[in-house]
Amino acid sequence: MSSNLDQLYRQVIMDHYKNPRNKGVIEDGALTINMNNPTCGDRIQLTLKVEDGKIESAKFDGEGCSISLASASMMTQAVKGLAVEDAVKLSKIFYDMMLGNDYDVESYDLGDIEALSGVSKFPARIKCATLAWKAMEQGIGKKEEEEE
Amino acid sequence: MSAKEWRKLFPILDQEVNGKPLVYLDSAATSQKPIQVIETLDKYYKEYNSNVHRGVHTLGTRATDGYEGAREKVRRFIGAKSTQEIIFTRGTTTAINTVARSYGMANLSEGDEIVITPMEHHSNIIPWQQVAKVTGATLKYIPLQPDGTINLGDVEKTVTEHTKIVSVMQVSNVLGTINPIKEIAAIAHKNGAVMVVDGAQSAPHMKVDVQDLDCDFFAFSAHKMCGPTGIGVLYGKKALLNKMEPVEFGGEMIDFVGLQESTWKELPWKFEGGTPIIAGAIGLGAAIDFLEEIGLDHVLKHEHELAEYAMERLSELEGVTIFGPKERAGLVTFNLDDVHPHDVATVLDSEGIAVRAGHHCAQPLMKWLDVTATARASFYLYNTKDDIDAFLKGLTTAKEYFGHVF
Repeated sequence: MSSNLDQLYRQVIMDHYKNPRNKGVIEDGALTINMNNPTCGDRIQLTLKVEDGKIESAKFDGEGCSISLASASMMTQAVKGLAVEDAVKLSKIFYDMMLGNDYDVESYDLGDIEALSGVSKFPARIKCATLAWKAMEQGIGKKEEEEE
Repeated sequence: MSAKEWRKLFPILDQEVNGKPLVYLDSAATSQKPIQVIETLDKYYKEYNSNVHRGVHTLGTRATDGYEGAREKVRRFIGAKSTQEIIFTRGTTTAINTVARSYGMANLSEGDEIVITPMEHHSNIIPWQQVAKVTGATLKYIPLQPDGTINLGDVEKTVTEHTKIVSVMQVSNVLGTINPIKEIAAIAHKNGAVMVVDGAQSAPHMKVDVQDLDCDFFAFSAHKMCGPTGIGVLYGKKALLNKMEPVEFGGEMIDFVGLQESTWKELPWKFEGGTPIIAGAIGLGAAIDFLEEIGLDHVLKHEHELAEYAMERLSELEGVTIFGPKERAGLVTFNLDDVHPHDVATVLDSEGIAVRAGHHCAQPLMKWLDVTATARASFYLYNTKDDIDAFLKGLTTAKEYFGHVF
């Protein structure tokens, strides 16, 4: 087995895939975002509870590969409790990580998310990893539109 | 010649990917190109690139001869009566869209029906959805048998006197099903409908005779049959094509142009607006020469053996679901328990093995199969049993790799 593959499928990713955090649906008063990846059929339903500019909770449901589900699990874990603008900043860091760009390692504790950095070496899989993040950004955007 | 010798004619296959010899099992997406086709394209651009049908100069004549010569090769290849029935298009998608936009929009209205199947590629679904939306016609589906085949009794029940168009793929890009086109065409005609055939997955692999099938339209792409991308063919019966309006207007396709009115060239050129796909057509001609030299009978037999061998080897693995009927074309679509097809494809890629993972442009079929995605290995004349052995070894690795997680 190549070491490249081991970099992609790190143990922590497999753990999130096998034991997803925040799997499910927030029932009352949450924002719901459905998003799919039309090239492969992955789909995610993300529910977000945003109050006073802060993400109180986030849950996801859906179908997809190990990378997309693990990424969704990690994302919900990471943004819970974050101010909306911080979630947007974190998302930017995540995209930079996916593109193999330098990213700001100081401002946030990336925790488990850092394990996804290996995806950048597999360009065909970047879309899998970013699906949940795109859904989160869209959800926050919706909330802001509502408030304007 | 054997597959091992055929393989040597494809320069791209002689390389390593991720440190392993390339095993290319994605020919249903696009085939690789033999040296003959590559050199033909090279020669065209180096020696006689020129526009067709207008230059009085020598290069223009050579290019025109090459382009129209390719049309004659296509005519012979699919057994059409006349080169007037051979229209060069961008590919299968454009060919089907041309029929939908020209024939469909003009001849259908409310109360009429279009009949297709749930196994169709998106390119043989969406053009008809659009026709139905605009004309008020109804889009109906012939149900599939549990093994992914079509029962002619169901065709009889679905196609009615209100049906104006029946459009079916000859070979499924997911299930590998080989559909009984000739029999379906007879049912379509009995009800007064025209028969459209998506031949993208059949023309590269088996002898097609449009007169024997008695289809009204037949569409296919060069790039899946050793030819270049960007060119395909729409065959249509002359009597129908003559009554149809072009869908693209401009240079090349006109006879007389006035300030308010214009008239069209005769067939097939009225459907080929703009500078045509000259190099592509000449490349397709070279691909046809290549396939005819090998013999499509040999290609089909070889792929049949590979598919059988692959099915046999796959059935030795535990936790494999194979989709589609036993009797099939040269491809195998499958899923491994507990491993998502993307992950299967990534692990195989790390071993130099190229397979397709996803919905294969057949979302309605994925729904019918009750899966979101599948993995597919597809074979062509240059694949060998060694490729399938490597593929099986790769799958075992994927199972082990993901197996210890669960």
